Amino acid sequence: MTMLGDRQQLAYIAAQAADARVNVELETEGMTLNIGPQHPATHGTLRIIARLDGEQVVWAEPSAGYMHRGYEKLTEVRTYPQVTALVNRIDWLGSFANEVPFILAAEKLMGVEAPARAQHIRTILFELSRIANVSLFLGDLGVQLGAVTPVFFAFRDREYVLNLIEAATGGRFHPNFDRIGGLKDDLPAGFIDETRMVMKKLRTFCDQIEDLLFGNEIFQSRTRGIGVIPKDVALQYGLSGANLRASGVDWDLRRDQDLPMAWNKADWKVWTHPDGDSFARCWVRLQEVRESTKIVDQLLDTIPAGPVMAKVPKIIKVPEGEAWVSTENPLGEMGYYVVSQGDQGPFRVKIRSASFNNISIVPWVLKGVYVPDIITILASLYFILGDIDR
Amino acid sequence: MGLVDRGRLPKPLTSLFNLGRSYSLWVYQWGLACCAIEMGAAFGSPRYDVMRLGVIPLPASPRQADLVVISGTVTDKMAPAIKRLYEQMPEPKYVISMGSCANCGGPYWDSYSVTKGVDQIIPVDVYVPGCPPRPEALLEGIVLLQQRIKNEDMGARWRGEGTKPMSVVDGESAEKGGVPVVVN
Repeated sequence: MTMLGDRQQLAYIAAQAADARVNVELETEGMTLNIGPQHPATHGTLRIIARLDGEQVVWAEPSAGYMHRGYEKLTEVRTYPQVTALVNRIDWLGSFANEVPFILAAEKLMGVEAPARAQHIRTILFELSRIANVSLFLGDLGVQLGAVTPVFFAFRDREYVLNLIEAATGGRFHPNFDRIGGLKDDLPAGFIDETRMVMKKLRTFCDQIEDLLFGNEIFQSRTRGIGVIPKDVALQYGLSGANLRASGVDWDLRRDQDLPMAWNKADWKVWTHPDGDSFARCWVRLQEVRESTKIVDQLLDTIPAGPVMAKVPKIIKVPEGEAWVSTENPLGEMGYYVVSQGDQGPFRVKIRSASFNNISIVPWVLKGVYVPDIITILASLYFILGDIDR
Repeated sequence: MGLVDRGRLPKPLTSLFNLGRSYSLWVYQWGLACCAIEMGAAFGSPRYDVMRLGVIPLPASPRQADLVVISGTVTDKMAPAIKRLYEQMPEPKYVISMGSCANCGGPYWDSYSVTKGVDQIIPVDVYVPGCPPRPEALLEGIVLLQQRIKNEDMGARWRGEGTKPMSVVDGESAEKGGVPVVVN
């Protein structure tokens, strides 16, 4: 038996009580509430079917697949450089972060390692896309709980980050910048100074959001103690990323893994929260944006000189073999299992995306909650539909 | 609106109606994929601010909307819902198809689960190309649509005639008002 906090124990009791209530109490005529597939509060096209007893959810299940685009099948008929353009669009808010694990897996198979400068710039862009992703979450969170102002702040400050990504890669949303063996290009002139300024702005944004939202009494009462996920349940359901860290598990693939990236060259902290409720999940993400700005700031100081591309043949053929690489993406662990048979394209790619596992807990965590809390919990779990359905 | 149905509205009144309609478009946001975020940036962010064009992006239901922006990948599972939404909207209704996926399938042109173009399900007025299009491109599409509404014969629209699709290519296309422009 693992150690549980008071809050977590209460959540256990509540879940059990909800179960008992359904079984024991007189059967009243329930109601099935269908949230989605198009609903402003579902981040896209997730559909939640919730069976209600009065105002309380007795059974809920997400119905995914409205955004299924057949990625794993499509990768079989694409070459490696083409797959990069495709996987950009899995988690569309942090596009660059999607490319990295795939490219690393292909590099692992080929036995190529990107030059130090490329690794550095990759890490910077990775963290920039994390900031772009999570800052929008922080704004969106407010909107879903009824506060409209934060989303304007989020969109305003996110534009600065998108401008940086656009300046470096040419793509505002989908960079397609990563190549096997390095990067397409070097950083543009003035990128470093500009990035420093933007990181300063982003830290101010974090402070603003903390004042506006996290210090707000209404926000706290709507998120604290709502949707508690205990540590062991979170591990059982395979949660990852901030959802797992908010349940008190100190787990971050950026720190725990030895990848050819530059995270270990910066000094930063993995934030966890013992509560495991909606507030904790939001709070951990807020801290992550702050840490990311710190990582970027430190890495900007130490970009090594040298080429951004290793020596790679023009037509890329990956030798036979299998490789698994996963990284800590904005939403959690994202990994690619690449099977190659020596062709120009992969034979099979298994994509492990974070949101798919993260929403698998929805039936468990929605059991027994009240209807308005559904929105809070879904908002704080933070998934992206492209990441669920692929 | 019996006069409008029969297409016998006096010309000055038509232009007045059209002016009013073009600057009070209620947009229903049908956000599906990546484009939804760019649409959000166009509609909800202080930098692009769509309301200055006389567009209100906040109808509570498709039953109150004049225009729907289909932004993102339409899958076969989603298609019936889109069809139903379109049928719920009151006439006259307009559709903007935003992004390559909604236009023609985009990067998923050979996927087994993606509908290759929303125009297979519902008629489209303006195509906005791009993957995803920048928010400016969506604003351009809306301006293009407003031009069309201004020059429109309301009777024909009510009867469902003469709706050739347009697409956003460059800034000049708006002045051609209603003439379909080939995507380069």
